[in-house]
Amino acid sequence: MIRKKVIGLLAAAVLVVVGSVAYLAQAQDAKAPAPARPMTLQIEGSTTVGPIADEFTEAFKKLHPDITITVKKTGSGDGAAALIDGRCQIATMSRFMKPDEFKKAVDKGVLPVAHAIALDAVCVIVHPSNPVANLSVQQVQDIYTGKITNWKELGGADAPIVVISRDTSSGTYESFSHIVMGKEKMAQTVEYVNSNPQAHSRVATTTGAIGYVGLGFVDDKVKALTVNGVIPNKKTITAGQYPISRPLFLFTNGYPELGSNVHAFCSFYLTEKGQEIIEAKGFIPMTSY
Amino acid sequence: MTKVDDNQATAEFPRPLLLTPAQDWAGWLVRKASRTALLAITATSILAVGLILVFIVREAWPFIRDRGLGDALGSTQWYPQAAGGREQFGMLALVFGSLYVTAGAMVLAVPMGILAAVVLSDIAPFSVRQAVKPVIELLAAIPSVAYGFFAVLVLAPLLQDRLGLTTGTNALNASVMLAIMAIPTIVSVAEDSLWAVGRELREASYACGATRAETLVKVVIPAAHNGIFAAVILGMMRAIGETMLVWMASGNACRIPSPWWNLTQSVRTMTATIAGEMGETPKGSVHYSALFVVGLMLLVVSMGANLVTEVLLLRARRSSGGRA
Repeated sequence: MIRKKVIGLLAAAVLVVVGSVAYLAQAQDAKAPAPARPMTLQIEGSTTVGPIADEFTEAFKKLHPDITITVKKTGSGDGAAALIDGRCQIATMSRFMKPDEFKKAVDKGVLPVAHAIALDAVCVIVHPSNPVANLSVQQVQDIYTGKITNWKELGGADAPIVVISRDTSSGTYESFSHIVMGKEKMAQTVEYVNSNPQAHSRVATTTGAIGYVGLGFVDDKVKALTVNGVIPNKKTITAGQYPISRPLFLFTNGYPELGSNVHAFCSFYLTEKGQEIIEAKGFIPMTSY
Repeated sequence: MTKVDDNQATAEFPRPLLLTPAQDWAGWLVRKASRTALLAITATSILAVGLILVFIVREAWPFIRDRGLGDALGSTQWYPQAAGGREQFGMLALVFGSLYVTAGAMVLAVPMGILAAVVLSDIAPFSVRQAVKPVIELLAAIPSVAYGFFAVLVLAPLLQDRLGLTTGTNALNASVMLAIMAIPTIVSVAEDSLWAVGRELREASYACGATRAETLVKVVIPAAHNGIFAAVILGMMRAIGETMLVWMASGNACRIPSPWWNLTQSVRTMTATIAGEMGETPKGSVHYSALFVVGLMLLVVSMGANLVTEVLLLRARRSSGGRA
């Protein structure tokens, strides 16, 4: 009885060992031929570019099913840091690299190369009942610095302006503050919200409010103002006429080797599918034919 | 109880009750070991608090060393992201904002919570208590982000439309929502302590000819005051430490309202600042360190509030002549 059991166990153990060795050998065979193409792709960075990267990943996996891609969305600064530390191959960023980030990268032997993949516009929005339809960039700045505090100074109703900004760690805040505010500080009375949908809903429910969101978040519940007389839409943004717009970037360490997965991913925005994705996410493709 | 005969008692204990270590070294060893183990477990929680304090002070130290606390505590100018070395880290408005919404919440929540606890324990029928108390305790389990959505999407437009306020996300909104969040804690703990006063005291009071109201105000509530104080402290800690809700409901304008009693202006709390800005702050930067200074202040403020209430409690115990 006992001897039978022992024999059975031994046989099972031998089978397991043989099986796993055969499997491992096979796995090594499969890995061996393509050492040049890394099978995993780490992408890290902006919360704004993140959704594009996610959709690109989905489409990319259908073309290359053997690649594992992970996309982390924590912020442009984190993306830059990850690229510098070699923790990712592609950093997604909603702004260009800052000089000190560049310096750090070069010191560590990383040469950041920018790939502009799409355009993003920051739209200034007000409540639909607000009669004000156009502001200059200077006027928007004056509202956010607290120089203008009442809508009647801008030809609107006699009502105080409720100024709403995104939180200071968001990419939208960074581009708004870079393009509109310049070196000026926002007034202490400015309210902060922590997402585009929340900025949208605060403006949609507050008659005296002014806020800013990405083009994808503008709908009929809020009114997008024309800035310097230019209405924010695809045409004006790609033509460079709408003043509050910015390119979105992928950053790589050096220009990616032709034919590599990184290169394929970074040029995916040029494909028809890539352009469809960018538009579907509320951004504007770089090209306007 | 049966009467114990002296002879029988000695017969039950054939060995001496206390053994010397030499006589019972195994028992002695086990006793020592288990004592040490239990002490170590107790010390772990204290150690954790100590380590948290050490960690926060260590991360906050570069800011305190380089810039000092005078500027941080003397100014309301909080511009951590300003370009070209013009960052300012005035934390006064943040400290004020935290204290402000907490005080506002307590003004609403303490009377309501204690009254509700009294009603549940002494006035409402038993069946009502059994049904209502679990529901109130369920309220404490709702995540704060859900309260935050309610604050932004329901309460804020309501305040604007009904009260004609210019902005709906303000100190009033945050205070009301914090009060709603703190009430379940206060009711639950206070009601437990009122319940624990027991029948004997209540019946003794009635037997002395006291009315129901007199019994409640002069006997039951004073007897339960320790638990009620604890309930208020717990509610307050919930309010001052709350992050997600105030980040969504208070508007986050970084200033002291002018005039200071104007609840309809938006304020920003210390917790919301840390949560909102920690995300993209590079580790080791001045801003990062400044956020830890804010955290340190939060710790000091809440520990201070705890200490003050402990002292008040001690004084109340002494003056009432009780022991516990």
